[in-house]
Amino acid sequence: MPAFSCAFPGCRRDLLVIVLVVFVGIGLPIEASAPAYQSHGTEGSHLTNITNTKKAFPVLAVNYEHVRKPFEIALWILLALLMKLGFHLIPRLSAVVPESCLLIVVGLLVGGLIKVIGEEPPVLDSQLFFLCLLPPIILDAGYFLPIRPFTENVGTILVFAVIGTLWNAFFMGGLLYALCQIESVGLSGVDLLACLLFGSIVSAVDPVAVLAVFEEIHINELVHILVFGESLLNDAVTVVLYNLFEEFSKVGTVTVLDVFLGVVCFFVVSLGGVLVGAIYGFLAAFTSRFTSHTRVIEPLFVFLYSYMAYLSSEMFHLSGIMALIACGVVMRPYVEANISHKSYTTIKYFLKMWSSVSETLIFIFLGVSTVAGPHAWNWTFVITTVILCLVSRVLGVIGLTFIINKFRIVKLTKKDQFIVAYGGLRGAIAFSLGYLLSNSHQMRNLFLTAIITVIFFTVFVQGMTIRPLVELLAVKKKKESKPSINEEIHTEFLDHLLTGVEGVCGHYGHYHWKEKLNRFNKTYVKRWLIAGENFKEPELIAFYRKMELKQAIMMVESGQLPSVLPSTISMQNIQPRAIPRVSKKREEEIRRILRANLQNNKQKMRSRSYSRHTLFDADEEDNVSEVRLRKTKMEMERRVSVMERRMSHYLTVPANRESPRPGVRRVRFESDNQVFSADSFPTVHFEQPSPPSTPDAVSLEEEVPKRPSLRADIEGPRGNASDNHQGELDYQRLARCLSDPGPNKDKEDDDPFMSC
Amino acid sequence: SGSNFSTITVCRELHEMGFHVSHSQITRLYSRFTSLDKGENGTLSREDFQRIPELAINPLGDRIINAFFPEGEDQVNFRGFMRTLAHFRPIEDNEKNKDPTASEPLNSRTNKLLFAFQLYDLDRDDKISRDELLQVLRMMVGVNISDEQLGSIADRTIQEADQNGDNSISFNEFIKVLEKVDVEQKMSIRFLH
Repeated sequence: MPAFSCAFPGCRRDLLVIVLVVFVGIGLPIEASAPAYQSHGTEGSHLTNITNTKKAFPVLAVNYEHVRKPFEIALWILLALLMKLGFHLIPRLSAVVPESCLLIVVGLLVGGLIKVIGEEPPVLDSQLFFLCLLPPIILDAGYFLPIRPFTENVGTILVFAVIGTLWNAFFMGGLLYALCQIESVGLSGVDLLACLLFGSIVSAVDPVAVLAVFEEIHINELVHILVFGESLLNDAVTVVLYNLFEEFSKVGTVTVLDVFLGVVCFFVVSLGGVLVGAIYGFLAAFTSRFTSHTRVIEPLFVFLYSYMAYLSSEMFHLSGIMALIACGVVMRPYVEANISHKSYTTIKYFLKMWSSVSETLIFIFLGVSTVAGPHAWNWTFVITTVILCLVSRVLGVIGLTFIINKFRIVKLTKKDQFIVAYGGLRGAIAFSLGYLLSNSHQMRNLFLTAIITVIFFTVFVQGMTIRPLVELLAVKKKKESKPSINEEIHTEFLDHLLTGVEGVCGHYGHYHWKEKLNRFNKTYVKRWLIAGENFKEPELIAFYRKMELKQAIMMVESGQLPSVLPSTISMQNIQPRAIPRVSKKREEEIRRILRANLQNNKQKMRSRSYSRHTLFDADEEDNVSEVRLRKTKMEMERRVSVMERRMSHYLTVPANRESPRPGVRRVRFESDNQVFSADSFPTVHFEQPSPPSTPDAVSLEEEVPKRPSLRADIEGPRGNASDNHQGELDYQRLARCLSDPGPNKDKEDDDPFMSC
Repeated sequence: SGSNFSTITVCRELHEMGFHVSHSQITRLYSRFTSLDKGENGTLSREDFQRIPELAINPLGDRIINAFFPEGEDQVNFRGFMRTLAHFRPIEDNEKNKDPTASEPLNSRTNKLLFAFQLYDLDRDDKISRDELLQVLRMMVGVNISDEQLGSIADRTIQEADQNGDNSISFNEFIKVLEKVDVEQKMSIRFLH
């Protein structure tokens, strides 16, 4: 079986060498730490005896202790990322096995290796997990949460999250207790509360695992948001149940008052978390109003306020996850109206980067912790746990859907139910909660083992089989959509229509309250939180402006717009602020160019950004037929020639320049494992690991050397077509112009961008 | 006249129209109808609608009101009232399996979209022209935006949707651009279930 079709002949060997070096590198510090201690000890005793014996000046000395902690941390992270890199170099592997599984396996190997060396493998420290590894993932999810599907389905999501989790916890806890009563199992010492505690730990669907697996299957939006939303919102339930049963199992008894307090606690935890998050969100939005002179630190405000929200709510034992989500959701519309384009890109990149690293580390550590133990294996208990997990999940979903469908307009089909049930994965949160159990629980080790087994089962078995099952059942997949001004206009139109009809009926429904919220937002909130005069801008106008801006940037990068125009492009932002007015004729020309480009632009501007691995979906290219390409190319050429004739006296570009191809740019990023040669499509390969890939390129200057390949033509293979030197110069001028809008604008990078 | 009113008759008529609504709903909507009917003559006039506060602040208020009144008339009775509201009923699953040769119910996706389309297309020429689009945009966006900006948005919108090159949006093109929007859910009011 052919293995790696690597681009370079020696890469496979190189990769193995790197991996070995890293493994050895891990072994070394752990070993080095042991003798280092001893040498210090002997040094001390010697010094008291020796007075003036002069030693030779140490030219080269090794002082590992000095850098030990950061060194090990950096090494772990590096290892994790190299593994991730490695997976994607192996073409078929990442298509079959989800990344989470591979990472756990790596963790197992590393853990095994460390054990073989004789050291204690590090366990996933709960403190580290909850305070450092989890927040980036949740913030990434919350900040880019697709609001419309979320709010449309919030009722269903809450029902699944709250009632579903409660059902799972009690069903499992109860049945496991019943199991433990059976003499043959040998666990008669386990009391009900301990079982319920265990049930509450294992019952919650884990957002990290769900994200990791669902990322790769591109399921339709409804099911995605249901499972994902459930995994986020069930945190409150988990926190309350866990604390409740932990407290009670120390005491040993439960009274009705305690149960009542538990219910009150649930509301306090969830609503309190949301409130804390919202407060910090408003603070962040307010702060961002004043950052127009210090653009560089804008992203930091977003991150820090969110992290503070998380920590503050954890401090009060409120739901940190809900705080983080609330913070992200609340601050996003206002922050995005205030910060610059580059800051937005930075935020997006950093969030994706951190959450990616976190996720990788979490899974690897899960693997390592498994090896570390401690374990107590009891066949019956563990197997029953796994089976009960599945059974309770399926029963819960079916039962709840039956009730929910009575209230839903768009019912959940059997296929939807299946995916929701099957996608209820458990993950590292369950493990960390189990690890947090104090050692006084005599069943702690057994519970940990069972939790790990459940996690492994769900991640490996369910994670690996969900993709073929989705294909098999022909479940609706995510529809790719470019942001369309039509959809935006008509959706807003329908919103108004429905609000009006609800008014006629006298029915205070969904639209009525949404309209009230919008009105409140517009009149009171926006003027405090949005800088300058922008708060008056209707959403439709903002949407349109951002769309045009993005398109202009893309056209400039693909070389379609000649050099003279960029200075006017930056002024194309139709802002309420005072901008130097461009001559009408030129505006018309610009608009005509942009519209001409519309027909031919196959690029997906920005897919829903809650995708972890791709900043825009890049695997649609193979569906586009050659015929359509040719047709649009001819159309494009016709329009460009019309344009050029009209604009020849504006331009410094020679009129016989060949018609540019709309550069359809793709980037190989993370999970995108389809390799397109330059022959088949006019695409560009950025071979570097992390180029600025989105249309909102961070710095266009870097892209200049790549420019020749952008002009790939459809007709034939165009690897490094280096055309027009004149075009190259124009492009450079263009690139510089766009990132530096010129002396007229006193505020650099003032342009907001489009939210997704 | 309320006491002589027979919900059963109305029910039957609505069922014939394809609007399968329960008695309780008819009663509820009828009481709403009568509460709006200040003149107490069994019909609603435009003024009655304009008194509804939500419609007064709604950008599309006038057009929605017009949608209730049949061509050229100034009064609408309860049947007409229900007929218009029938468009906003959620689509039932069991209705989808009905006899395909029967006429399409008022709340089918196509009819919902047609209702919305006709709110744009005032002159009923089966096309949304640039001017009609501009009017709607102006209503939704308010007064602060200049005509040129709105014009360019309208141009862009038409260009995105227009496939046959007539510089306007026909009903089929309208359906096409909204194919990704979940119209069945969006244009449904739950309590009309």
